[in-house]
Amino acid sequence: MAVTREDVLHIADLARLGVDSARADELTRELSSILQHMEVLSQIDTAQVSLTAGVGAGGTPLRPDERVAPLMEGTLESFAPSMRDGFFIVPRLATHEDPTESSA
Amino acid sequence: MLGAADIASAVRAGDASPTEMVRASFNRARDIGAGHDELNIFLHSDQEASEHEAKSMQERLQSAADIGILAGVPVAVKDNIATLGLPTTCGSKILAGYVSPYEATAITRLRANGALVVAKTNMDEFAMGSSTENSAFGPTRNPHDVRCVPGGSSGGSAAAVAAGITPIALGSETGGSVRQPAAFCGVVGVKPTYGRVSRYGLVAFASSLDQIGVVGRTVDDAALGLESIAGFDKMDSTSSDAEVPVYRLSALGKPAPEVGAPDTEAMRIGRSPVALPPPPSAKTLEGIVIGKPREYFPDTLDTNIKDLCERALDRFRSMGATVRDISLPRSPLAIPVYYILAPAEASSNLARFDGVRYGLRVDSGKGLKAMYESTRSQGFGPEVTRRILLGTYVLSAGYYDAYYKKAQAVRTLIADDFRAVFTSGVNAIFTPTTPTPAFPVGAISDPYEMYLNDIFTVTANLAGVPAISVPIGRMRRLPVGGQVITAHFDEYTMFRVAYALEASLGQEAHQ
Repeated sequence: MAVTREDVLHIADLARLGVDSARADELTRELSSILQHMEVLSQIDTAQVSLTAGVGAGGTPLRPDERVAPLMEGTLESFAPSMRDGFFIVPRLATHEDPTESSA
Repeated sequence: MLGAADIASAVRAGDASPTEMVRASFNRARDIGAGHDELNIFLHSDQEASEHEAKSMQERLQSAADIGILAGVPVAVKDNIATLGLPTTCGSKILAGYVSPYEATAITRLRANGALVVAKTNMDEFAMGSSTENSAFGPTRNPHDVRCVPGGSSGGSAAAVAAGITPIALGSETGGSVRQPAAFCGVVGVKPTYGRVSRYGLVAFASSLDQIGVVGRTVDDAALGLESIAGFDKMDSTSSDAEVPVYRLSALGKPAPEVGAPDTEAMRIGRSPVALPPPPSAKTLEGIVIGKPREYFPDTLDTNIKDLCERALDRFRSMGATVRDISLPRSPLAIPVYYILAPAEASSNLARFDGVRYGLRVDSGKGLKAMYESTRSQGFGPEVTRRILLGTYVLSAGYYDAYYKKAQAVRTLIADDFRAVFTSGVNAIFTPTTPTPAFPVGAISDPYEMYLNDIFTVTANLAGVPAISVPIGRMRRLPVGGQVITAHFDEYTMFRVAYALEASLGQEAHQ
């Protein structure tokens, strides 16, 4: 199944990856070529086959629903960029509004 | 460089100090040219901190505390395994400078067993690659021939051991990333059963396939390394609570003793030494059936590699094993299956690297989505980008059934093939580890051609079974590895066969 340039731009958007025009052409070729090798799977009859999502032994084990010590080996302050009143201070996401869009 | 067991014995006896061992590693790294402009093996190291840790170890020794089976043994660690004190960057710009606030369980266990972490090793970015050329910090070179790659993605770990800097290094496996570089560098590489070693603190690439593995200078080093990190961990719900045998006892060429026997427990904690394996005899592998799968010996396989494998199979026969022709008919489908499932899982796992939670942040002030896109496109290299897109594609509407679900079903068939072989009386499977020896840096530019390097290793990851690569000789002066695969949680038999092969080949394994 050949991948189109539009496919690449669409999945790049889904994956939050910025892809410029030249790279989009390159990726279209590369992904099409890779996926061509996957076509062999379509010839395998798997109608009666169960799916394998993992190979771990048994199901997911459960632990008692008890409060446990925090996972951090150091203090929060030891790796936080900055803290105030017990909260992390992180770079603001104020730029998440697109400045070109008009606010209604 | 001494083996891990010899170092631990010398340190416990007071004939050597942990500080001397750490200095020996750093001196060797300098002498061999492990630095960025030469072999480029290490991404992060701190000699002063390592010596400080060694000094604490010395104090523990003097207070007669139980130090464990790796007392004073220097160990290098792949840069996708979280360590306190040293950065964990996964060979990626997006995590440049990141220092984890917690430590991987495997590292905690190494330290509890007396090991000293001396460096973080170079790797393909986020473990995506087979040559370590995909590191954002430049390729690692093969110590046997600096024009060649060391394999990947744990190329730095394999090169560190091959260069004699440490006897043991930790790597990680998703499709062969410990065994393939071990084969290229002439050392031993182990991928344990899925669930045998905790993944807590291993930066996730493809969670249903990832396992921490061990590179060792010898089978014994690898056995000690695995024994020290294996076992259930409440921090990883996929880790198994199956008992961990004393793997070194398999060197004696006998079936596993009962777990919990007092003498074996003494060996487990390093109080009682394990005798060196006896010289191989006609009885060393008596009762062992070794399968030779025809799909791993195609007509197109290089004659030199085929001949070296045949020599190894002859040695198995001479040690009392029966070699049986077998078939793993769905193995040729493993590369397409793997390169659908692993990128699909990666596309989800790597979504967390977005400029908000970790590391790099590229914000041009054009909004949140633009910040995500700029950060990720500038932070990830070409192979990681390619795989995220491939994974996103096979999971996207319209393609999910044709690719992702199909690959999951064929994965079942591949695992069924292994199950059928092991329930038919076969104890171990023997194959080449790689179709070629190490290739020159820059020689492979086509992504799919690079993926084919994993053709003999990737099935063990898909089926979740353990496998080990052992040096079996050389071609064109470059090392060649042979692979032993066993059933789930039967690392004991895997080591038994590997110890026997190593002892039988002796120096021939490196000629």
